[in-house]
Amino acid sequence: MKNGRAFWLFVGPFAAGLLVFVYVPIGWSVLLSFFEARNTVTPSEFVGLRNYADMLTDRPFLASLGTFSVFAAFIVPLTFVLALALALLVNQISFMQAFFRSVFFLPTACSYVVASLVWKLSIFNGVRFGLANTVLGWFGAEPVAWTVSTSPPWYWLVLVTLRLWLQLGFYMILFIAGLQRIPRHLYEAAWIDGASRGWQTLRYITMPQLRTTSVAVLLLLLIAAYQAFDEFYNVLGTDRGYPPFARPPLIYLYYTALGSGGQDFGHGSAGAVLLTLLIAGVTLAQGRVITR
Amino acid sequence: MKALRYLALSVAAVLFLVPFYLVLRNGLATEQEITAPSWTFWPEEVHWENFAELLANPAVPLVRSMVNSLVVAVLQTAGQLLLCGLAGYGLARIPYRYANVVLYLVVATLMIPAAVTFVPTFVVVSTLGWVSDLRGLVVPGLFSGFTAFLFRQYFLNFPRELEEAARIDGLGHWGTYWRIVVPNSKGFFAALGVIAFVTSWNQFLWPLVIAQDQDSWTVQVALSTFLTSQSIDVVQLYLAAAISISPLVVVFVAMQRLLVRGVAETGIKG
Repeated sequence: MKNGRAFWLFVGPFAAGLLVFVYVPIGWSVLLSFFEARNTVTPSEFVGLRNYADMLTDRPFLASLGTFSVFAAFIVPLTFVLALALALLVNQISFMQAFFRSVFFLPTACSYVVASLVWKLSIFNGVRFGLANTVLGWFGAEPVAWTVSTSPPWYWLVLVTLRLWLQLGFYMILFIAGLQRIPRHLYEAAWIDGASRGWQTLRYITMPQLRTTSVAVLLLLLIAAYQAFDEFYNVLGTDRGYPPFARPPLIYLYYTALGSGGQDFGHGSAGAVLLTLLIAGVTLAQGRVITR
Repeated sequence: MKALRYLALSVAAVLFLVPFYLVLRNGLATEQEITAPSWTFWPEEVHWENFAELLANPAVPLVRSMVNSLVVAVLQTAGQLLLCGLAGYGLARIPYRYANVVLYLVVATLMIPAAVTFVPTFVVVSTLGWVSDLRGLVVPGLFSGFTAFLFRQYFLNFPRELEEAARIDGLGHWGTYWRIVVPNSKGFFAALGVIAFVTSWNQFLWPLVIAQDQDSWTVQVALSTFLTSQSIDVVQLYLAAAISISPLVVVFVAMQRLLVRGVAETGIKG
């Protein structure tokens, strides 16, 4: 059993941590989700599936899933297309390639908190001196109250552009890595066969060759959208709380489980379990597609 | 066509740099200049004294929170590389009856994004008494199933001949790992390390949940608190933001190549 000792010497510390900080919390949370647990993390009264029933009929929770869907419907395709476009553009040039790649990648150095500051107080500030309103003013348009305007819901423009700026460079790098793995002779063969250099090679060579990268990017984007929290909290939240609109699931869970209105761990845990099942389901479905 | 390409890239590049420009302009101006009805492109004179005022402002624990962030990021980076590296090597190279079971348990966690489990993790960590504590900030982030899995995939492709040579020299698994495998994998460790550092420095949700006393705030929590509060000194807020991203801008400029490699490694296999 010499190997057993060596194996646990290497894997043991990590496995113990994984047990304590991932598996125990999940187990505990599943347990709590069947109990009444307000302001305490010890289960008090067994309530069966009531927390789940409450969550599944809770309009704000369902609305938060709707919020996520709207957000994902914008951010996932937009990031995908624009990151691919940047990657294709950067990959095709030789002069100043490193410069452009660095500039597009640089926002990754910023946190969502810093980006929220710039977006909320500078670019999309609702008063006249905000950058967006200044630009609108040059064209004679009236200022827009970006982050507090619910009809039309301009806050979506704020949140989507913020995330685009922060994550485009990251996905561009993934696409560039994918593009550079495409064998050059495929393109040469296509040109000899008379394919045009633009659209046709993109459609019949580049995109099929990028399939693995594309699926991975879509999956990462979707999971990232599920977990949206930072920019919503910092752009729309104030010290008086969070507005009743545009609450993604994590924002909802945060205020349920840890908000000032009392710590409701029973419902919070049930919500976390439901969300985890949802994400695991999507990941598994996508995983099928990847490995097929 | 070529000119068009450069035109498109240049327009995009300017748009991408605008937020950085705004942070600097606003941080070095006066509040009157920022809120003036007509746009000032650059402050009339650069107000360097804003730095001194920011550092002297007792309401903004910038230095303290930057130190906290640095300690957390360094410990998380080192801890993740140590623990996940060892685990990845064990899973890749040490044949053992239950190795597959452990591997499945690691891979299963990849389907559960850490952010979603913040409520359950908070429950456990608060039971340990680690709220507003360095341990609470650092330790739960060390056990990344994803990083361990990436290390395993990497070590599967490590040249076996090198390890066999070490075996002949009488080294066991432990000696082989530290004397042969790690020194020959510096690039991979560095790439994952840079990513871990950047991720840790910028993370927000977990520190927000766990760092409840002002003394334990990370820089992101400190910035967020002032951003979402009612009375703020806007100029100081921008300057604090500029200072908070400066360490990472240095990392980005100095280690661009490693970062790009790290992103490509971590993204594709995800």
